[in-house]
Amino acid sequence: MTAIDTSYIAGVRRQRESKGRRVTLGLVLALILASAAALTLGDFPVSPEEILRSLFSPLTGFANKGVDFIVLQVRAPRLFLALLSGAAFGLSGIIFQTLLRNPLASPDIIGIAHGASAAAVFCIIVLGWTGLAVSLGSFAGALLTAFAIYILAWRNGVTAYRVVLIGIGAAAMLSAVISYLFTRARLFEVQQAMAWLVGSLNAARPGDSVVLAIMLVLTLPLLIALVRGLDGLELGDDTAHALGTRVEQTRLGLMVTGVAFAAFATAAVGPVGFVAFVSGPIARRLMGGAGRGIPQAGLVGALVMLVSDLLAQHALPNLQLPTGVVTGGFGAVFLLWLLIVSGRSGRVN
Amino acid sequence: MTQNHQLMAAGLHLGYADREIVSDLNLNVPAGKLTVIVGANACGKSTLLRGLARLLTPSKGAAYLDGKPIHQMPTREVATLLGVLPQSPIAPDAITVSDLVGRGRYPHQGWFRRWTPEDDAAVAEALGATDMGELADRPVDELSGGQRQRVWIAMALAQQTDLLLLDEPTTFLDINHQVEVLDLLTDLVKERGRTVVVVLHDLNLACRYADHIVAMKAGKIVTEGLPVDVMTEAVVREVFGMTSRIVVDPISDTPMIVPIGRHHVEKAVA
Repeated sequence: MTAIDTSYIAGVRRQRESKGRRVTLGLVLALILASAAALTLGDFPVSPEEILRSLFSPLTGFANKGVDFIVLQVRAPRLFLALLSGAAFGLSGIIFQTLLRNPLASPDIIGIAHGASAAAVFCIIVLGWTGLAVSLGSFAGALLTAFAIYILAWRNGVTAYRVVLIGIGAAAMLSAVISYLFTRARLFEVQQAMAWLVGSLNAARPGDSVVLAIMLVLTLPLLIALVRGLDGLELGDDTAHALGTRVEQTRLGLMVTGVAFAAFATAAVGPVGFVAFVSGPIARRLMGGAGRGIPQAGLVGALVMLVSDLLAQHALPNLQLPTGVVTGGFGAVFLLWLLIVSGRSGRVN
Repeated sequence: MTQNHQLMAAGLHLGYADREIVSDLNLNVPAGKLTVIVGANACGKSTLLRGLARLLTPSKGAAYLDGKPIHQMPTREVATLLGVLPQSPIAPDAITVSDLVGRGRYPHQGWFRRWTPEDDAAVAEALGATDMGELADRPVDELSGGQRQRVWIAMALAQQTDLLLLDEPTTFLDINHQVEVLDLLTDLVKERGRTVVVVLHDLNLACRYADHIVAMKAGKIVTEGLPVDVMTEAVVREVFGMTSRIVVDPISDTPMIVPIGRHHVEKAVA
């Protein structure tokens, strides 16, 4: 037994906290730069001063119709939609990855995104719906799929392992449903459905990000209230219980939050692949043991979405890609890297 | 911390799904003592510990903390009185030692009472008690099995509870670390008047360190009491199905069990 100085322990803790703050600050700065790029880049050149004037024009009254249309009606809505949906995907991903203690357990792998997609394709092809109705349908599909996975995985409580396996099974089944719907659809409908499935910000309207923002603000308090429960849940159910965590209630609450984030974002921009999957591991790696990195994963998600969308719009001359194509390519490379790294260190989990 | 809380079980039935593991068990955990539970594999000793620690809800009967059924008490309140180290806790990737030990402060914190100097002091004390101070900022991933086990014990210590329940805290440890852990638990009992319950595999260490030993077989208590009073060759045969001879531990004068197998038996065994 040796006596340890309390101030030393407090110092170690403060170092950890300040590293967390540095990571957050770095991500915020990167987001500001990327946002500035998103507002500046485009066929119609607008100077930085003009952009600032335009952004504040509703307050100041200095208007310039043409420029304001480009900035306020075209670029800003797309920017906000990218930031909000990316953050929602990122948070949703890390909630699931932390709860299920598995980096593969993000909602776009364990079937929740597939549920949203199958429902959207059903709405487009069978019901002939468009626009907001499709978004609502996909939202319902995500919730329904998550609920079904939870019920199927339940056996005197829910274990992470069962949720992941059943989720992967559900994903395969729902992909089959989507393929079947395609075989009986007309070409025009298939095109429309495919555009939705790839996920895109091309159709961003000012109202989209407002709706998404309201939904996120309504859900955020639940996450804030429950996130401390992860202190225990991360250490295994018995340890969590021993530390006084209400294990089942906390886990269910966090899963509902994670599903809600994924469903809101998917309803707004389509199932943009891999953003939820990559954000958590990137945030964790940046934190390097200085914390769980939940808010940081939200920031990483927003950054990945925004930068992917910038690449999708501007990387190829005369060709706009859907955002989901870029995130998909990025995610695939990241998945390979993750598998190689975890294989080397001998830990897949 | 100095006042002793009372843990007991009355008519306790525990099981998983439809399989009953512990049936109609009564136990009074002596306050301010080190209690060791021993028994063969699958005799229900870990299940009993989980039941006492409210990690498992009883199918009948109850475990009582200060006279109240423990699984009906607010779990957070229990966590300030009773700490548990389960058998296989999980360390998140890349978590540092002091961060993990700090998780033991969870039941003492809330939304409006976050990290305080008191929490830092508790973590420092727990790390000091387990000799892990100089590893405070190291990732748990990089530690040896023995060090890792001590980190988990430190986490339970940081919880600063009067009662401490540990499920096989010496597995994966080599003999000198086993002794270290048991010395540490004895310090807690002797110097701070804590009540400690521990499930152990090693009978001889159990006999040496236990103030109160509980021998279990098939979900029931076969015998309990001071090791020197209750550990007989007949008890060892009943509990472990093994013949043995009991000698006096030359160091501690406690019972020492010498197993008799089929080979290497030089002297005739009656």
